Amino acid sequence: MKQVIHLTVNGDSHELYLDTRRTLLDVLRNELGLMGTHRSCDAGDCGACTVLLNDLPVTSCLVLAVACDGAQVLTVEGLRCGDGLHPVQQALVETGGIQCGFCTPGMVMSAVALLGEKRRPSEAEIRAALAGNLCRCTGYGKIIQAVQRAAGEAT
Amino acid sequence: MQPFEYHSPRSLPEALRLLQELGDGARLIAGGTDLLLRMKQGQLAPRALIDLRRAAELHGISFSPEEGLRIGAAVTLRELQRSPLVRDHCPCLCETASWMASEQVRSLATVGGNLCNASPAADLAPPLMVLDAQAVLVGPQGERRLPVEAFFLGPGQTALDRGELLKEVLVPPTPGNALYLKHAPRAFMDIAVVGVAVHLRMERGLARAVRIALGAVGPTPLRAGPSEALLEGSAPTASLLEEAADLAARACSPIDDLRGSAWYRRRMVRVLTRRALDRLCAASLVGEGT
Repeated sequence: MKQVIHLTVNGDSHELYLDTRRTLLDVLRNELGLMGTHRSCDAGDCGACTVLLNDLPVTSCLVLAVACDGAQVLTVEGLRCGDGLHPVQQALVETGGIQCGFCTPGMVMSAVALLGEKRRPSEAEIRAALAGNLCRCTGYGKIIQAVQRAAGEAT
Repeated sequence: MQPFEYHSPRSLPEALRLLQELGDGARLIAGGTDLLLRMKQGQLAPRALIDLRRAAELHGISFSPEEGLRIGAAVTLRELQRSPLVRDHCPCLCETASWMASEQVRSLATVGGNLCNASPAADLAPPLMVLDAQAVLVGPQGERRLPVEAFFLGPGQTALDRGELLKEVLVPPTPGNALYLKHAPRAFMDIAVVGVAVHLRMERGLARAVRIALGAVGPTPLRAGPSEALLEGSAPTASLLEEAADLAARACSPIDDLRGSAWYRRRMVRVLTRRALDRLCAASLVGEGT
């Protein structure tokens, strides 16, 4: 069964005719070709598919696309800071908070959501905000440092 | 996943009409963090989904001195965690929400969903039970209220009749303090091995309105009646609190599963009940100025 929805992704509006079973993650990757949002557990446990839905971080594998009619979505591709990287991305590069890189887009989106709400989060707040993002390389220490660094630069 | 129709009613009457029309093949969805997972895993194959998120009547948190807090069933765990009203009147619920799942899941998952899934380990159940909360059910015949503890009939089973849905939860004003202790291997992203909630207030050195609820140690979240009876109106001494914790451990009927053995769970009920009672008695005595 199919339905039409309107979705704004990274500022671009789309009209999509979708099977009701498609998740937001399916649509981002398969319909819109935005491969920065990763699929891993497909069960809301790993956070690799984190995007901002109407400014809130969600695991896009647990969201039905038809439920997003009229919504605004921000993916890692939509993060821009002039021609350069977003401060969170830049800080991850500088601290070495990237290993295999698979979890990085999800980590970035969770961190962006956190810094949008709290400009100077404590380490405990950063850990709580990233609790839903798994890093299979277990490189959490530098990821947390990167968020602290990005928070420092944002002020 | 099997194909399904998707409906997104804009009001509560429209949702109830759809529920009646579509019958047993339809499932209600709110956050979907549990339902969608079970559909992906093939455990559920509804013919239709009725999404409750756009029904304005199910949203919002409000407070009145007579009725207390009203929490709409479609309020997300994120909204609950961050609500100034909830923080002022039932901080225990903000605290409970803050340890549930992850930021991403809390942006989606709802208060109503946590209760309607009727997991014995549902984190909101024990604190709502000790806060004496009522569930407001609405159906074709109108509204009815049930104590939250009467809402759970078994794993996945609720008191909702065919055609009914959970509209909101009412938490009466309380001068007492409540606390929920969740025991799980991980601080976040985990299901409670054991959850213990306690409510009480100290009046002239005596414990009043003592309520204790236990999660993940029976087919439904349950009240530890014998412990409550022992403590009600008493001056809580260490030996009395120990005895109450012991009675709580005897009141539950845990099972062995991958998260813990029945033996371990029972021990943890005793430990957590004692710990919660200690903290609340201390906090309440401070509050009394003694």
